[in-house]
Amino acid sequence: MIDLEFLINTLSLGSLYALLALGLVLVYGILKLVNFAYGEYIMIAGYGLYFSATVLHLPWWATMLFGVAAAVLTSYLTELAAFRPVRNKSANALIVTSFAVSIFLQNAVLILVSPRARAVQLPPIFSQTVNIAGATTPVRNLLIIGTTITVLILLSLLMKKTVLGMAMRAAADKFTTTRLMGVPANLVISAAFIISGLLAGIASIFWIGRSASVDPVTGAAPLLIAFIATVMGGMHSPTGAVVGGFVYGLLFNVLSITLPASMISYRDAFMFVIVVLFLLFRPEGIIKGGYTEERVG
Amino acid sequence: MSLFARFLKLAQKHSALPMIMIPVVLVGIGVNMFGSSLLLNVYTYFCVSLIMVLGLQMFMGNSGILNWVHIGFVGVGAYASGILSTAPLVKSMGVPNMFPALVELNMPVIPAIMVGGLVAALLAAIIGYPLMRLSDFVGVITLFATLIVFHVIMTQWDNVTNGPRTFFGVPEFTTLTVALIGALIALAVAYWFRESGLGLRLRASRDDRYAAMSIGIDVVRVRYYGFITSALVAGLAGGVWAHFITSFSPKAFYISEMFILLSMVVIGGSGSISGAFMGTVFVTVGRELLRQVEGTINNAHLLSFEVYGLTEAVMAIFMIVILIWRPGGVVGGQELRWPLFKRNKPIVTKEVEDGV
Repeated sequence: MIDLEFLINTLSLGSLYALLALGLVLVYGILKLVNFAYGEYIMIAGYGLYFSATVLHLPWWATMLFGVAAAVLTSYLTELAAFRPVRNKSANALIVTSFAVSIFLQNAVLILVSPRARAVQLPPIFSQTVNIAGATTPVRNLLIIGTTITVLILLSLLMKKTVLGMAMRAAADKFTTTRLMGVPANLVISAAFIISGLLAGIASIFWIGRSASVDPVTGAAPLLIAFIATVMGGMHSPTGAVVGGFVYGLLFNVLSITLPASMISYRDAFMFVIVVLFLLFRPEGIIKGGYTEERVG
Repeated sequence: MSLFARFLKLAQKHSALPMIMIPVVLVGIGVNMFGSSLLLNVYTYFCVSLIMVLGLQMFMGNSGILNWVHIGFVGVGAYASGILSTAPLVKSMGVPNMFPALVELNMPVIPAIMVGGLVAALLAAIIGYPLMRLSDFVGVITLFATLIVFHVIMTQWDNVTNGPRTFFGVPEFTTLTVALIGALIALAVAYWFRESGLGLRLRASRDDRYAAMSIGIDVVRVRYYGFITSALVAGLAGGVWAHFITSFSPKAFYISEMFILLSMVVIGGSGSISGAFMGTVFVTVGRELLRQVEGTINNAHLLSFEVYGLTEAVMAIFMIVILIWRPGGVVGGQELRWPLFKRNKPIVTKEVEDGV
């Protein structure tokens, strides 16, 4: 018997994970880059929230804009400074670059702010709970579901209806051909990074909202979730990422309930083992992509 | 061709090995005789790192797969060797929850290190079976996830590893001489592996997977064997490291340590033994210097706060610069050759040059 509380929990967790995975897969689709620095965009957004609220004393809506803007800016700057010059080198060079960017950002924050966690002030609605048909749930769970639905609709409109979106989808399919059609590579890639940063920023508000604090290694956990969700859902399409996010959220909640108390600390290990075994039988993930060419710079 | 000329040709072909080994030994002797205790420590640490990096190069450099789990195997070797060689009394005090069967175990250090290597190799044989089938990005991410699994198990399984707390009391064994001998053996093994039939097939699978398959190379199988060999070296390196450092916690086998190993391989160039060696030299020297700077800044109280993470941040920038400037590393995919600066046309294909 599935109760309502479990359903809402799973949906909200799945929404959050879907957002995380989506931001990662947009860049991957075009650049074939597994972006290890993605978690750091989330961390920077968290610090943006902290800084604008605690130091600048902005109202709550402005702190959120500030946080998201910080993530977008970081994403764009890392693209300019690090990823663009190594773009046409080997795939491993790109991955290692993103890893180095991640380490750099973490330690930059460590030096500039503090190794200790900072409390982030969020509007009270984040800590309130609400009662729906007998199920008690935090309001932020409903907010994240609503936000994710809105973001997904807007994003699919962007991808399907605008020229930029079409260029991005074409680039994800066949980058060289897309360039031959006159689409500037830098524009498409920058756009992918900006949207990726935007999604990271939005997801960050809710991620930070759960613990109300941020520290230099905040980004590690969401990064890993995004990784596993995309791999599970399929790396070749945004749909795969969303599906992967929801499936991963479901798996997480099911394991949380079914594992005995003594094994709960091994939950992550169990989850990864399940995912690896699943990939053994279906390496392309749940959603199979169409034809994808080898990576080009 | 006379025998002597043939010997000269062979010696020139394999000149990379003596060109690395002789300076390593000479500097080792120098440090042992005249060095301060700090220098002695740094050099011992350098030799141990070299074993780890060579283990990483054996698989990652030759197969082109980013092997995140490497540091996990180092940890497995360290724990296995530590558990086997530490006195039962020390273990029962230090690790209160340990399985009684493990507490009883006690053997001399050298066999303990060997067993540690074998345990790591065995584990690699089990997890490599599914993992080596996955290529490209799915492969990278699953290997990364496997490192996390290793870390979760090491921090949670307090019947074996003492959980997140420090495991201490490992007998000290690794002196400069031991580490130096280990490094020399690792150099020889890694060089031999790269030049062996298996290494050659592995490199072929790195450069072009489909071409390699088409000439009958079983890509999954060569990767699998390479993975196990690399894990064996990692496990042995972990044992040697454990008997040098004598107390450690799971933190030592995680992402930040992997970053150091990775930066060594990437900066030097993962395609060759010479590259792995040069990278280890650069990073060790760079880190020590940066650490001195960091210590000086903190001790002089120039700033109102303590500076943490400067070393890592600078190393990260350095790594990105190298990747932009020379993606194949400082040395590149080719081994060093005597004479150093007279190059007969190197074969530079895109893949070899880029083989990070």
